[in-house]
Amino acid sequence: MTINKTMNGNALTIALEGRLDTTTAPELEQALKESLDSAQELIMDFSKLDYISSAGLRVLLSAHKTMRTKGGMKVVNVNEIVKEVFDVTGFADILDIE
Amino acid sequence: MTELTLKAVIENIPAATAFIDEQLEALDCAMRAQMQIDVAIDELFCNIARYAYDGGDGEATVKFDFDPSDRTAMITFEDSGKPFDPLQKADPDVTLAAEDRAIGGLGIFLVKKTMDDMKYRYENGKNVLTLYKHI
Repeated sequence: MTINKTMNGNALTIALEGRLDTTTAPELEQALKESLDSAQELIMDFSKLDYISSAGLRVLLSAHKTMRTKGGMKVVNVNEIVKEVFDVTGFADILDIE
Repeated sequence: MTELTLKAVIENIPAATAFIDEQLEALDCAMRAQMQIDVAIDELFCNIARYAYDGGDGEATVKFDFDPSDRTAMITFEDSGKPFDPLQKADPDVTLAAEDRAIGGLGIFLVKKTMDDMKYRYENGKNVLTLYKHI
C-alpha cells in the first residue's frame, strides 16, 4: 500500500493506494500518529484503494474518534467493494462518507 | 485441488493471497469476487496466525478447489491449533455508535456476509474451514 499525505492549510488529505489489510494497517496507523496533531480536518481519499479488511476498519474508527473533537474526518471516493464493507459492518452509519 | 502450507504468521498473508489470486485469475474470476475473497483470506489467515497456536509456532494450509459446473471456488483453511469454530461466534452489533464499537468479531462477520457459504469441521486434530464463493 502507498500512502500519500497532502497538507492544505489545516486540512490533511491521506490518499491510499492498494490494499488496507492486516499487513498494511499498521503503516496507516503510524502515518496518522505522525500527522494528526497538526491537522484540524482529515480527508481520507480512497480513489485508489482496492479493498479494506477489519484491520483497516479498526484504524479508521480510531482516526474518526480522534478527529471528532476537531474538524472531523471525511472518507471520499470509495469504490463499490469498500462501500459494501462499510455497509455490511455498519461503518456507513458511523463515518462521514462522500 | 492445489494447496500451500505456510508458517502461521501474519507476514505470510500476502503469500497466501498471491497463491489464491493466481488460481482465481487463471479462471477469469470477476474482480469483485476476487477482492472479497482476498479480504476473507486476510481475516481468516490473520485469525489463525494470532490465535490458533496461542503465540506458539504452527502451520496453516490454504487449499483451492473449483467446481466448474456452477463456477464455485472452494477455499479451505487448515490449522492444527486449538479447536475454534468461527461460525459459532456471535455476530457483532453493527448498529452501535462509534464509541461503543468493538472491532473483535467484525472480520469473521464480514466474511460470512460476503461469501456464499462457509463450513467448519474439526477433523484429525485440525480446524478445517471452507469458504464457497461463486466466481
